[in-house]
Amino acid sequence: MNGFSWRRLYALMRKETIQVARDRITLRFIIVLPIMQLFLFGFAINTNPKNLPTGLLAAQPSKYERTIVAAMKNTGYYKIQILRSEAEAERDLRDGSLLFVVQMPPNFDRAVDRGETPSILVDADATDPTAVGNATGALQGVIPALTRDLPANRRAQLKQNPAFQFVVHARYNPEQLTAFNVVPGLICIVLTFSTLFATTLSITKERERGTMENLLSMPVRPIEIMIAKIVPYVVIGYIQVLLILICSTLMFGLPIRGSVLLLLAALGIFMAANLALGVTISTLSANQMQATQVAQMLIMPSFLLSGFMFPFRGMPDWAQFFGEIFPSTHAMRIVRGILLKGIGVSEIIPELWPMALFAALIIAVAVYFYKETLD
Amino acid sequence: MSDVGENVIDITGLVKRFGSRTVVDGLDLTVAKGEICGFLGANGSGKTTTIRMLCGLLRPDAGSGTCLGHDIITGAVAIRRDAGYMTQRFSYYDDLTVFENLDFVASVYEMPNRRAAVDGMIERMGLKDRRDQLAVQLSGGWKQRLSLAACVLHNPKLLLLDEPTAGVDAKARREFWDLIHDMAGEGLTVLVSTHYMDEAERCKRVVYLAQGKIVVQGTGAEVAAKSGLITFEAVGGDVDLAARKLRHLAGVESAAVYGLSLHVAGTNRAAMQAAIDSVAIDGMAWTEVAPRLEDAFIHMLSVKGNEE
Ligand SMILES: Nc1ncnc2c1ncn2[C@@H]1O[C@H](COP(=O)(O)OP(=O)(O)OP(=O)(O)O)[C@@H](O)[C@H]1O
Ligand SMILES: [Mg+2]
Repeated sequence: MNGFSWRRLYALMRKETIQVARDRITLRFIIVLPIMQLFLFGFAINTNPKNLPTGLLAAQPSKYERTIVAAMKNTGYYKIQILRSEAEAERDLRDGSLLFVVQMPPNFDRAVDRGETPSILVDADATDPTAVGNATGALQGVIPALTRDLPANRRAQLKQNPAFQFVVHARYNPEQLTAFNVVPGLICIVLTFSTLFATTLSITKERERGTMENLLSMPVRPIEIMIAKIVPYVVIGYIQVLLILICSTLMFGLPIRGSVLLLLAALGIFMAANLALGVTISTLSANQMQATQVAQMLIMPSFLLSGFMFPFRGMPDWAQFFGEIFPSTHAMRIVRGILLKGIGVSEIIPELWPMALFAALIIAVAVYFYKETLD
Repeated sequence: MSDVGENVIDITGLVKRFGSRTVVDGLDLTVAKGEICGFLGANGSGKTTTIRMLCGLLRPDAGSGTCLGHDIITGAVAIRRDAGYMTQRFSYYDDLTVFENLDFVASVYEMPNRRAAVDGMIERMGLKDRRDQLAVQLSGGWKQRLSLAACVLHNPKLLLLDEPTAGVDAKARREFWDLIHDMAGEGLTVLVSTHYMDEAERCKRVVYLAQGKIVVQGTGAEVAAKSGLITFEAVGGDVDLAARKLRHLAGVESAAVYGLSLHVAGTNRAAMQAAIDSVAIDGMAWTEVAPRLEDAFIHMLSVKGNEE
């Protein structure tokens, strides 16, 4: 006789909306924080660093080497110093005092003259892909600089056999995550906070203040309370996503290669998973403090293992296994795929269903544990 | 379903345990339609817990009964629709205005003519000047008024009030009770917990709870008579000194000062008389008076304590 009622749901939602709208400080944070973070991370996107420390390892003296090194310096990206040993190169690369190590192969001059195309190995510290991306891109422009030094007969066959080539070896970050990855990561982080945290706190707040006792003494269904707690934050989440997208497109030239609608739909599922988790956490914890602790305990690993901080495939198997469970891992891939690679529905389905499954399971847990009584 | 019959509340053997502690211990309670029933007892005696079980907010560990004709265990949802529960602690929304809080309650109960009902209630409770104030800005007494307004808004048939006047000034308390009597006159049944004896005296019937059990119940006069207490009152002279002396004498169960008068209660007339005579203070005039409800309760409690 007292089932779900849309009118009650509407009443609850209106109350939540008034409360959210009246909390000016939180609201300001919700709008300002993502943009601030975007600016912070945005500098990483925008920089085009020059004069990067570069070490040169030469097996033996070479006449061509001089020309190549000079050309590299002329690109403006490389500040070259001579290294004495491979051990030194390894050490400096690791401690970050060098970003590149250029290794001339033995008998380079002879190989060039013979018409072979010897490789100059460039080890790059790719932990910060933007920092090294432009520099390695400029290497192609260095190759023609050698043409004038070559003997005439060699010059004639450059079409078939270029004089030499650069082989760039990206160290520490073989996937070469581009800095645009900051945006997908940011979207997922911001959404997690404004959905998971917000619902968790808003439900535990009702319990702490005693308003939940009052609410439960009225003819309200738990499912109505839950939905009403969730919807305003979904709206806020979408506003944040749009803000981030608009700002990063305008300011940092973020490409949006796929469908924005598809992106928003997929993020809806991501938010549902987070919100359900929020409801569950708040159901199982006695106060705001506990709820915050539990939420943080879940959020930290979910980001560390999502591929945002470390390249996903570079993690140990067990870490990858846990990473696959968290919705943020899949959301990150979806956002990255849609924004940067322009993938469509069929390609995101493998990432969509684990997220949806997670959401469904957690909602079931939330409904199961949701108490209609106080004990 | 709405065949309420004579008793709006009718429960037997209600038990509630928290862990190993039995907080409500085999409580039988009946409240007739239109009755104002005072629910008394020391802090921690189980009043709030009982009220919560009545409206289905806590699940009893044993016992059964009906509230408004609905089973208290299976009919919680129906009970909530027809009962109004005012919690001990203010539990409306601090960040909503008086109007918004009431409007929220009205819409949760899916009331027709919501706007009119809310405005009418605001008028009736004298909340008009504070209509658009945030609840957090209200003083304690006004918060209580808002709570009462909110819990009678949907025209409940039963009011469960948990210390509705705690921290409310005398005038507001008087108005509050006038209002409760008005509504009872309209057929509303009220179960109200309180620590104020003057409020208990305004109830048609009182139920006194100790350690989760009913110690005594009945009308104020019945309870006082049942106690078998004899009370004397003295005026004039140093009543404080007399009270201090009397308190330790045999036959005197309590000796309390009310302003300028001293109130002595006990069950043994001869012993009391002897005690009073032994404390001879100049200018003190003694008269026998009817026992107060408070004396009766305190007596009941000490007897109860001796039996165990
Ligand atoms: N959720 C709970 N968990 C554990 N113990 C509880 C819980 N709620 C109440 N109690 C205990 O049950 C006992 C009765 O509490 P209750 O609130 O019913 O008393 P009360 O008569 O309303 O007291 P007061 O006059 O102080 O409001 C108290 O000792 C209290 O500590
Ligand atoms: Mg209480």
